[in-house]
Amino acid sequence: MEQAALLEMIGIEKWYGRVRAVQGIDMKVGRDEVIGLVGDNGAGKSTLIKVLSGVYPPDRGKILWESKEVRLGSPRDAMQLGIETIYQEPALIDKVSIMRNIFMGREPIRKVGPLRWLAVSQMARESVKALEGVGLELRSPQAIVEQLSGGQRQGVAIARAMYFKTKLMILDEPTNNLSVKESRKILKFVTDLKAQGIASIFITHNLQHVYPVADRIIVLSHGSKVGDFNRADTSVDELTSLIVKG
Amino acid sequence: MNELNTPENNHSSRSTGRGTSFLLALRRFLLVKELASVIMLVVVILIFYVLSSEFMSLDNLRVILQMLPELGILTIGVTLLMISGEFDLSVGSVFALAPVLNGLMLFSGWNPLIAFILPLIACLGVGALNGIVTTKLNIPSFITTLGSMMVWRGIVLVISSGFPFPWMDTARPFQRILVGDLGIMRVSMIWYAALIIIFWIMLERSRFGNWMFAVGGSSRAARALGIIPDRVKICSFIIVAFLAGLAGMVQYMRLEAPLPSAGTALELDTIASSVIGGAALAGGAGSVIGSLLGSVLIRIVDSGLILAGAPSYWFRVFVGLLLVIAVAFNRLVERTIEKVR
Repeated sequence: MEQAALLEMIGIEKWYGRVRAVQGIDMKVGRDEVIGLVGDNGAGKSTLIKVLSGVYPPDRGKILWESKEVRLGSPRDAMQLGIETIYQEPALIDKVSIMRNIFMGREPIRKVGPLRWLAVSQMARESVKALEGVGLELRSPQAIVEQLSGGQRQGVAIARAMYFKTKLMILDEPTNNLSVKESRKILKFVTDLKAQGIASIFITHNLQHVYPVADRIIVLSHGSKVGDFNRADTSVDELTSLIVKG
Repeated sequence: MNELNTPENNHSSRSTGRGTSFLLALRRFLLVKELASVIMLVVVILIFYVLSSEFMSLDNLRVILQMLPELGILTIGVTLLMISGEFDLSVGSVFALAPVLNGLMLFSGWNPLIAFILPLIACLGVGALNGIVTTKLNIPSFITTLGSMMVWRGIVLVISSGFPFPWMDTARPFQRILVGDLGIMRVSMIWYAALIIIFWIMLERSRFGNWMFAVGGSSRAARALGIIPDRVKICSFIIVAFLAGLAGMVQYMRLEAPLPSAGTALELDTIASSVIGGAALAGGAGSVIGSLLGSVLIRIVDSGLILAGAPSYWFRVFVGLLLVIAVAFNRLVERTIEKVR
């Protein structure tokens, strides 16, 4: 991995009032790397991810994106760089159609003179493509999201991220609350991402899920990084004891 | 009406047999947001047709069409605000505020054009204030607008001392523009139709409309997608207050009196007609066509009861029943859709 990293976080620190949630964390992500980010509850995984997705600015430290220093002031800033976050409860609007969800906030517009309106047929066409891109077979892009299963909802959120040319996909506990079969689909998405040259950070409690798909596994404990391994150099047992001992 | 039955959506289904395509057709039918109000409209028309021979007369149609725009224009706004996930209880007071301000200005000899435009601008301000207080101070809009309902009704009474200003001849040109007589209806019906088209396009075919659904459906998700919920909500409050002022002007021009008591209890009637038309109390659902159907239903019930010789007290009973039936029907449909899935 000699080429420049896609993302580099250096000395990231974040406080909530007098509580230090994350301290001095360094982390590198290569261009098509799958990173497993593991740790117990309260280890700082979520805080680190919120810094990276633009929700909270860090109190100290630097973020380099494609070797340039960046400031992530809002989720929009992160999205514009190509960082998409898929939450455990994906950011979807239940009562609205799949296609409107895929383009929500980034709607294509048709213009005639001073008039502009939503390019609805383009939205329908492109969402079919986006859904096929992640292997999601749904009856129609007009289906209301409320009627989808948990795995399908994750699929729509992932299809959206893929459509907008994401370079780094952050998956925050995506397999929680999913059936075994649906979890397996999400894991396949992660390996597909790598094949398409997209990096991902996969946050989870579940080592059994992340171990088979990750290139590198980073262990957090009490807000600090306590381990950073190539998968080949470690085992589920070693990781487990590291998480438990901190 | 709903994106499920617009032409570009018909290429989508992958039916495999006759059974599936029937189920798909059934689903599509049930998913029409305005289904409950359409069925109720048919039933109510049939009931009043049986009860009174006058009901289907041109005279009755005239009465309905004359009064419809006042309720309908306001209901468009209330529906949009409910879609964005908020309420406005102050619409009845704003409905009286614009006419009373106009009456005061004309009575004091102001230029009629300015006296017509300034009160509507004041309504925009009232809406902005409702929206800013609700979103920036994080107060439920029920409370904010309950307060502003009292404040503006009070101000209306203070300005007018409780009596309407005399009707001024300088208001005549605006009377013709807003409510001029066209035989079966007044010009206000044309304004109403235009507003329906404009706001339908805004809601169903513009980014802003898309964001209203997002913000009302889930503020958290909307924010994660880069939409700024406060901005969308404040704009919705401004729209509803403006439409309340405009609807008030329409009634004032029809009655030729800026009544300080105009619009009393109107906030509840408009919420009722929005909900009957399929708007969700929790936000994120509703439609402009539904707001039209809900308003038509309420106007039909009003005139139908009078023609059937029922005391006017029955009006509230009927509207209350329709409201509960509409919501119950929509719940039932939701469950049926789950089964058809």
